[in-house]
Amino acid sequence: MFRNSMFGYYFDLALRSFRRNKVLTALMVLAIALGIGASMTTLTVFHVLSGDPLPGKSHTVFYPQIEPRSMGGFVPGEEPSEQWTRFDAEALLRDAKGDRQAMMSGGAVAVEPQIEGLAPFYADARYTSADFFPMFELPFAHGKGWGAAEDSASARVAVISAALNEKLFGGGDSVGRTIQLDQQTFQVIGVLDEWRPTPRFYDLTNTRYGEVEQVFLPFSTSRALELGTSGNMNCWEPVGDAGDDGGNYSINAPCAWIQYWVELDSPEKVDAYERYLVNYSDQQRAAGRFERPTNVRLRDVMGWLDYNGAVPGDVRLQVWLAMGFLLVCLVNTVGLLLAKFLRRSTEIGVRRALGASRRAIFAQCLVEAGTIGLAGGVLGLGLALLGLWGVRQQPTGYAELAQLDAGMLLLTFVIAVVASLLAGMLPAWRACQITPAIQLKSQ
Amino acid sequence: MADIRPILSTLRRHKTAAALIVLEVALSCAIICNAVFLINDRLQRMDRPSGLAESEIVRVQLAGIGRDDNAEALSREDVAALSAMPGVKSVALTNQLPFANSSWNSSVNLAEEQQIPNLNAATYLGDELLLETLGLRLVAGRDFTPDEYVDWSVFSEPGSTVQPHSIIITRAMAERLYPGEDAIGKQLYTWGEEPYRVVGVVEHLIRPNENGGPSEVQLSMILPIRVPFTIGSNYVLRTDPDRREEVLKAAVATLDKVNPNRILMEHETMQQTRADYYAQDRSMAWLLIAVIVGLLVVTALGIIGLASFWVQQRTKQIGVRRALGATRGQILRYFQTENFLLATVGIVIGMALAYGINLMLMERYELARLPAIYLPVGAVALWLLGQVAVFGPARRAAAVPPAVATRSV
Repeated sequence: MFRNSMFGYYFDLALRSFRRNKVLTALMVLAIALGIGASMTTLTVFHVLSGDPLPGKSHTVFYPQIEPRSMGGFVPGEEPSEQWTRFDAEALLRDAKGDRQAMMSGGAVAVEPQIEGLAPFYADARYTSADFFPMFELPFAHGKGWGAAEDSASARVAVISAALNEKLFGGGDSVGRTIQLDQQTFQVIGVLDEWRPTPRFYDLTNTRYGEVEQVFLPFSTSRALELGTSGNMNCWEPVGDAGDDGGNYSINAPCAWIQYWVELDSPEKVDAYERYLVNYSDQQRAAGRFERPTNVRLRDVMGWLDYNGAVPGDVRLQVWLAMGFLLVCLVNTVGLLLAKFLRRSTEIGVRRALGASRRAIFAQCLVEAGTIGLAGGVLGLGLALLGLWGVRQQPTGYAELAQLDAGMLLLTFVIAVVASLLAGMLPAWRACQITPAIQLKSQ
Repeated sequence: MADIRPILSTLRRHKTAAALIVLEVALSCAIICNAVFLINDRLQRMDRPSGLAESEIVRVQLAGIGRDDNAEALSREDVAALSAMPGVKSVALTNQLPFANSSWNSSVNLAEEQQIPNLNAATYLGDELLLETLGLRLVAGRDFTPDEYVDWSVFSEPGSTVQPHSIIITRAMAERLYPGEDAIGKQLYTWGEEPYRVVGVVEHLIRPNENGGPSEVQLSMILPIRVPFTIGSNYVLRTDPDRREEVLKAAVATLDKVNPNRILMEHETMQQTRADYYAQDRSMAWLLIAVIVGLLVVTALGIIGLASFWVQQRTKQIGVRRALGATRGQILRYFQTENFLLATVGIVIGMALAYGINLMLMERYELARLPAIYLPVGAVALWLLGQVAVFGPARRAAAVPPAVATRSV
């Protein structure tokens, strides 16, 4: 009770002090608000971009790597190839040593809507295999993904996004309807709900923060129809005789262009899978297909994002900049608080002479600093919202993701108050060192 | 400057406040030096020559629906129709363009069987009018002759051994491959098994994107391979700068007339493409400018606040000095000199800090070393800022009447 009432009294003293010294107080609040606004804007963007795209599951989903490249350009100690050849991806998919596994590549298909007045357009596509949907827990509004049977039959089936469903069929349950993709008829077997993993972890060679694809087709079908792909392709030798009609995309082409993911539910399975990758590589070396020393990696989702440096360098730089800015604002606040407290030396001297302990003076000063921090936090929140609005106007793939959530909101106030309390420490300590006698003497 | 000794002894009694001003100036100075450097880095990036006659070029990207077995004939028809349009100086079809969305890259070797390639270069493919349409400037050798061209369909046929034997490279690539020598007539290996002979060197041709990093941005080569519109699909039209919009609109209509069953992907002026490509750098530069302004304002506020406090605290001391014969000018100069001394100490520490931050940036962001020229820029900015900020409080100090000395409070 006593503490509470003293707190209230100090708070009242703080407000009186603000009124007495409006300009100085406003300067401090403004400085903290600028620092908080800048750092919360950049931290929010960083937080959004470095988040877990597969919450609850990211530690059981892995991106394996093996080394299929030839000796040309070999540098010992180098990381293995980041993508897979079609031969190896299909071999691993057949072996099915993980709990779930999927191979995939990005692509684009021409969509011909059967609607008067809607011109054909290109839609981003993902060519993948059956486990893609359960492994990444894609939410379905209608229907479901395809199974192994459709994969092996190169079936003309498609899963489409909510947006494409809206555009082509005006929403609703479109399972069973057909769409024209690259002049071929596909049957819609599933319609997705909103799904926006951030970053778009499963293929970092394409846009990392963009929306997910509009069409999902079996990988086997995409090869049977020779649909166009997008992303990176690295060929280490001329395709030459290895290429049948598929050229770079044929099964034996010495080209890496496929992403491969595997789900492993326990640490034992992870160890076993790593051994399996080593065995597979050794066998391929023995068969003469692989030339470089066996070199495998098995990273989980966050590890893979980290390795690829998924968060853009500019965003990280902005966080550093904002932190530097906040630091200058805090040093500034320390100085201004010091000036403010020491200006009141006489008043503090009188309070000390009347029996206030050093502790009480210290507490009073900290309450004043904390109150300034809170005010700075409120104003800083406004500035952060303005800053995030500014980020959303930028032409980047992640622009619309720059939104403040409840956690970041809370963090804003915590940082503001903690920062201003820290800034208040030194001035408050100086203030409570004031000896009553000297101050009274000079009167 | 005779004032310095009393200033120092006064500052010694106000160590904390003095240290805070020094610290604030030092931090601001360090950040501002690096921010100016980063801005300049972005501006230089945005100013890199592409080699293209950008103000005269418009581009159109088309995509077919499904497989088009007749793409080469259709492409010839397109180019003929586009060339016949009024206001069009020349038309070319290429696999890629600077600042557009995709890039082709190949490793280049000087010897036939080579473990580590000499370098990796962007691979431009195009027809007879590519150099002229892009406005590339040949600085040595010649353009391709008509008999040197190969059609994409022939080149890419499975098992085909047909390949061109001439190549045009950029000056940067020539200097990298053949330092100090004349590149014309030299051999290199890239696409296919047989060697290419360098027939021409162009001044600049920027890579389509950042592949290879800042030091390899001008490593590009042109192969005389005629591509159909299904390979990258970049129709490039050269026209008068003030007819670009008109030509762009007409080109879209013309291509639609040749074959309406295609999808228009992009159509814009090369300047627009470039502006979009550098949008991120531009906004980063503006952000850095905002940070600099913010830092200057906050630092100035801090100096004003502490200087005002000092003036108030020393009112009596000032009054005594005035009563003992100090002029207003001397009081004014006293505070100005004090601020100059504090700013100088801050700037010296700030320089060291700036250098430290730069080392960190060099490590993390592949930036160059901070050129020494940025240090005086930051120093002068903060000296000026300090003097401007302290002027108000100092004038108030100078206005203290000598009579204050006689009052008790």
